[in-house]
Amino acid sequence: MSNIANKQAICNVLLKASETDKDIVVLCSDSRGSASMTEFAKQRPEQFVEVGIAEQNLVSISAGLAVCGKKAFAVSPASFLSTRSMEQAKVDAAYSKTNVTLIGISGGVSYGALGMTHHSANDIATMASIPNMRVYLPSDHLQTEKLIEALLQDKLPSYVRVGRNAVEPVYEEGNVPFTMDKATTVCDGNDVAIIACGEMVKPAKDAAAILAKDGIKARVIDMYCLKPLDSEAILKAAKETKVIVTVEEHSPFGGLGSMVAQVVAANEPKRVINLSLPDEPVVTGKSAEVFKHYGLDAEGIAKKVKELV
Amino acid sequence: MRDLKLKACQIRQGVLQLIHEAKTGHIGGDMSVTDILVDLYYKQMNVSPEGMQDPDRDRFVLSKGHSVEALYTILADKGFFPKDELKTYSQYGSKFIGHPNNKINGIEMNTGSLGHGLSVGVGMAMAGKMDKRDYRVYVVMGDGEMAEGSVWEAIMAAGHYKLDNITAFVDRNRLQISGTTEQVMSQDSQEQRWASFGWNVLSIPGNDMEAIDAAVQLSKETKGKPTVIIANTTKGCGVSFMENQAGWHHRVPTDEEFAQGMKELKEKEAAL
Repeated sequence: MSNIANKQAICNVLLKASETDKDIVVLCSDSRGSASMTEFAKQRPEQFVEVGIAEQNLVSISAGLAVCGKKAFAVSPASFLSTRSMEQAKVDAAYSKTNVTLIGISGGVSYGALGMTHHSANDIATMASIPNMRVYLPSDHLQTEKLIEALLQDKLPSYVRVGRNAVEPVYEEGNVPFTMDKATTVCDGNDVAIIACGEMVKPAKDAAAILAKDGIKARVIDMYCLKPLDSEAILKAAKETKVIVTVEEHSPFGGLGSMVAQVVAANEPKRVINLSLPDEPVVTGKSAEVFKHYGLDAEGIAKKVKELV
Repeated sequence: MRDLKLKACQIRQGVLQLIHEAKTGHIGGDMSVTDILVDLYYKQMNVSPEGMQDPDRDRFVLSKGHSVEALYTILADKGFFPKDELKTYSQYGSKFIGHPNNKINGIEMNTGSLGHGLSVGVGMAMAGKMDKRDYRVYVVMGDGEMAEGSVWEAIMAAGHYKLDNITAFVDRNRLQISGTTEQVMSQDSQEQRWASFGWNVLSIPGNDMEAIDAAVQLSKETKGKPTVIIANTTKGCGVSFMENQAGWHHRVPTDEEFAQGMKELKEKEAAL
């Protein structure tokens, strides 16, 4: 199967849905190219708004459109969308409870060598801390399609982070288990639970395959829904496995690891080991190089698990 | 016009009473913006308590959300909610908080943090154009708010897209919490600034009902560009000892000051 970037999947779903749904509006901040939205802008010029390099305006205009009945999708680099326009996300999208979907593109360390200004390793923490704001990090393009289709069915604000690069699919075409706001169990096992989100799900799945060779049965949970978090799946894993490992392309604070640990500590105490980016500007390199450097690739995850079980 | 002026006088009394009772509020800006809100709500805007789901209603955003007491008083007077409910203003558990809250009938958007309202208004105006509806969007801002960078993003976008279905107001009362706007951050070339972004600019005496009404009318007739009305107002307008005093940005009147203020406003009402 060909690798498709999650952002491309978003464009595809919105293009298809907007054939009949004229209330869908996509907004970009000079980001249509990097958002893979050029085709949408070309085919649906009347449903596309360019705001220029002005993320604050991007989000507030989206809210103004939404409060007048539009389904606004504000698509902009995650680093800027989740920090520069955080207040607009808080007030105009979340607090006013408008039908705005914030799509943070090129999330995490996608921009690689462009450095800290362009990395978004704190977007889960910032967005999840806002009341009314939902947070999703889909793992592959197939799940991204399901998620965007589901988001089109409601009128609530949300933040979706996707990466810049085409990623290997976690799921198979025609076989994509998906229930809105419920984590997906990618593979089952009771020795260790590896809970991952976004682009970390694929290396977690690959790590499980490596571990299987050593007789370690890993359960891999795709926690694409960071908020509302699927606590049930976490507690089940805490009960049924020996140790929990979380994997995320995010800072060690306020992300998946923090959230999982909070749930586990309060209900079913067990060790929770968090694999994440460090609390410092990350090493220069492409995504894959950065992941390997910090042990966030399949080998790194497997190695860590072996130390634990 | 006399009716509108009487109404403005009564709304100011309502505001004074509301703030005196609740012991909180931004009275200076309420008093400066009252005439603008009265012209919009009692004459120019197509909004009604029953029509808040009507897609063709005009849209209003109070970007200077701290002047909410004036807005609440008007909405209560117009029957958007029972007047009694306003007695809970700022009290424990009340939905009537110190800034506009869209849980209240008549309020489209939550505001309070400055520099958001015009961008939201731009989105509303764009939606109107997309859907070919002829509603108009009104956004009222403060002059201190003009220091927020995001405001200029919105001004730029509205000019770029030639959104002639939006009327912005700047309540130019020349005072903000720390002193005069000219001391804090100079705003003296407002007219040139907006014009350079492609806006139609009208500068008026902002507590003059005839001037406000004429300017709004003109803005409705202006095609091909958005209109801003720079309303040169007096902070604390209507109560002598509050006028042009930065200290009355959010001071709460004592019982004596309340009585004196009500007396002055009643005299003004009787003289109309």
